[in-house]
Amino acid sequence: MGWVARTQHWYSNVSSNRAQQHPINTEASKPTESDKMNKRIVITGMGWVTPLGHDIETVWGRLLNSQSGMDRTFRFDASTFPTQFSAQVRDYDYRQYISKPEVHEGIGLNTAFALGAASQAWRCAGLDRFDSLDHERLGMYLGSGEGSLDFDNYVSTNLDGWNTESRQIDGASWSRAAAKKMTVVREIEQEPNMPLAHLAMEFNVFGPAYNCLTACAASTQAIGEATAMLTRGDADVMIAGGAHTMIHPLGVTGFNRLTALSTRNEEPKNASRPFDHTRDGFVLGEGAGMLIIETLDHATTRDATVLAEIVGFGSSADAYRITDIHPDGRGAIASMRQALDSAGLSPQDVHYISAHGTGTKENDSIETKAVKAVFGTHAQHVPMSSVKSMMGHLIAAAGAVELITCVLAIRDGKVPPTINLRSPDPECDIDYVPNQARDHRVEIALSNSFGFGGQNDTLIIKRFS
Amino acid sequence: MSRRVVITGLGPISGLGTGIEPTWERVIAGRSAVGPIQAFDSKAFDCQLAAEVEPFSVREYVPKSYRKAIKVMARDIELAVVAAALAARDADLTTRGTANGTEIPLSYESPRIGAHIGAGLIAAELDELTGALVEATDEQGRFMYEKWGQQGMQHLTPLWLLKYLPNMLACHVTIIHDAQGPSNTITCGEASAMLSVGESLRVIQRNAADLCFCGGAESKINPMTFLRQMMTSRVNTSDNENPAEAVRPFCQTAGGTIVGEGGGIVTLESLDTYRNRVSRDGASASHPPYAEVLGFGASQSVNIAARNLEPDPEGRGIALAIRLALRDAGMEPDQIDLIVPFGIAVPSYDRAEASALRSVFGERLADVPVVSIKSMAGNCGAGAGGLDVCVAAKALAQQTLPATINCKQPLSGLQAGTAPSRSASINYAVAYNYGLGGQNAALVLKRFEQ
Repeated sequence: MGWVARTQHWYSNVSSNRAQQHPINTEASKPTESDKMNKRIVITGMGWVTPLGHDIETVWGRLLNSQSGMDRTFRFDASTFPTQFSAQVRDYDYRQYISKPEVHEGIGLNTAFALGAASQAWRCAGLDRFDSLDHERLGMYLGSGEGSLDFDNYVSTNLDGWNTESRQIDGASWSRAAAKKMTVVREIEQEPNMPLAHLAMEFNVFGPAYNCLTACAASTQAIGEATAMLTRGDADVMIAGGAHTMIHPLGVTGFNRLTALSTRNEEPKNASRPFDHTRDGFVLGEGAGMLIIETLDHATTRDATVLAEIVGFGSSADAYRITDIHPDGRGAIASMRQALDSAGLSPQDVHYISAHGTGTKENDSIETKAVKAVFGTHAQHVPMSSVKSMMGHLIAAAGAVELITCVLAIRDGKVPPTINLRSPDPECDIDYVPNQARDHRVEIALSNSFGFGGQNDTLIIKRFS
Repeated sequence: MSRRVVITGLGPISGLGTGIEPTWERVIAGRSAVGPIQAFDSKAFDCQLAAEVEPFSVREYVPKSYRKAIKVMARDIELAVVAAALAARDADLTTRGTANGTEIPLSYESPRIGAHIGAGLIAAELDELTGALVEATDEQGRFMYEKWGQQGMQHLTPLWLLKYLPNMLACHVTIIHDAQGPSNTITCGEASAMLSVGESLRVIQRNAADLCFCGGAESKINPMTFLRQMMTSRVNTSDNENPAEAVRPFCQTAGGTIVGEGGGIVTLESLDTYRNRVSRDGASASHPPYAEVLGFGASQSVNIAARNLEPDPEGRGIALAIRLALRDAGMEPDQIDLIVPFGIAVPSYDRAEASALRSVFGERLADVPVVSIKSMAGNCGAGAGGLDVCVAAKALAQQTLPATINCKQPLSGLQAGTAPSRSASINYAVAYNYGLGGQNAALVLKRFEQ
């Protein structure tokens, strides 16, 4: 029953918003490349599991209220780690969302998040009430991370297998210890394609299925590639998005060793400071964002409510260094330009940018530089905010969650803030919607994701008309 | 009208060899690469066999200016870097990587070069990690989170995490060859490499790049990932004394698979831009393109009883991928002359594949050779499809079937029995892979004609 109520809320929001909608910028409503190809791709469902909650409206309300999801890390004892806080999903039980509990027993957190977000999206799209879906024409393109490491058993196996004299693992004693301690399900569920495997069983997906793992750009890339597949005619409907958690001892260790994380242990809620002069790194988040996207023809035939249209996608590689972003942001620039070109739009048509905005020194200044290179003088007039300031960095899942905020910004005419932005950085000098959400008409929104290793992806969505 | 896409360079790396010439010699001879595991002491595992890559020097494949990055390459990354370099050399390409600091004109502008590379879940090197973990133990040798946070983790190199991110295969390849175009990392088990080839095909067809490196590489020859393979119950545990005959795909006596290592990366190019660069550079390409990529299909298998850890018994998902690839190529099943299957010699998999092939090819299946490369190279995981594509493309170019081994009693209706290599008229080949978890990918390749 809760679902019906929430879906109705969604519909009522959409219609009330449409009633007061401003006239659309005529430039922006010119036919695009995708119109010409007569294959428009639309979003008809969405769902998320995030550190700020597990349903669309609650999380969106909290984002508009500038709430932070950061707190002391409770998933493991991080009390002596350089970073002792994160943005964790709370009070979440995937079992409320699924119909086949026996096949999901023992899944990793990534898959648990994926199932909840995808179920929300499935119902939001009305696919639970649609009997004529051709499941061979239903595909998946996810950007999901690996499952949860069985850390304690893994560590004690390694210690048992350690030869203190040679300072090496002894294969035979390691494997004897492993046989006692490790379990099949925990190990297999770490494979990064397990969210696909479980969504396939839950929703009977027989069409094309992909998981891409391009670090922090993964789910933006997944949605872009899923859109390309629909345009090409490989499927009618795609589940697209991502799920990830790296809030585990080795994940935090890895990012701490890279000095990528904020270490403001005394003030977790004020720690994620994208574009602020005092920013000192990102804050790990976790969760999933999932969309149902389909061809407009298919959506129309089944009378689905369209939430937004995907009109542009760009993807590039910095090909520079594994540790650093190209100093001019050349990959980010290429990605944004490709997305604008594929949408047949010019920078002036864009009303909102969802920034990658991690809160690291390097990302935020180079991202700003790249946006200025692409948008020119218009860069000063497009609000650009980072919800990572509130829900942390969901790594592979970040892009999908952020694209959902863009759909909601279009729906409600409100853009979420970048919180903790108090001291200006001379290198970050555009409008980041500091600290408070803003009423702002958005017809077209652009969302950026940039990954470790130089992967850059950009999506552009548009109000559906 | 979509652009024609051809395979111009092959970069296989596996137990069969490093590069297409040694690999091809070996599949012609039908010599298995399976042997006792060298990389670690495997005596406590029920299976002690693998098909490991012979020692190689990654430095020889990395430009001088980039060699300091070798220290942050896990073995999976090294394998991909070598495979990409082999493919670029084989295709007579000049990239920033092959030019090695000289001023030779490049074959393509950097934004027109893409990379789609399949990768697995890379295991941390246990010696390195455990060497740090022991610094965080109490007197009883138990791990203490507190000590780890305070000091243990400091024993790991700052870039430790970057050795193990799956997208680092593609990242290093794009940096070395200055490939600034579309790039992706597919992680769908053994379907990864072939899905990646499909992605490159689409990117070139939609004119988002002219050249793509694609395929995959993985090493599961370390205790952690090897254990995970053992846990899937797919590995042969009864042929430790009989390595060369351990992998018997489609044989009534199939007893499980053997873990392989490596994979392959190929260069896919738009035929038009390939012709332009060959005439412009006056490069007398040492060989014409190996094959044209005509069609691609992908699907998901659902097998709830097996929790998606084996194909559905009828092979419905596999059949769908093959049908989609044939349809994409605009072809009928009757036109296919060679099938390069997944074929890892796990009985339930073999039966599902046989059922899928029967449903697609019908009566004519008995006339089409089914040649599993895994019989010799083992199951190279995320790289498997890359190796399969290399061998299938070479077979089309040479008009020669590789040998089939270890199948004295083939499943009924399949032409998969032991046979020596032979010349044959091969115009079209299908290759497909299934990934643990249920993803399927299939390709249709055509003998190259002008």
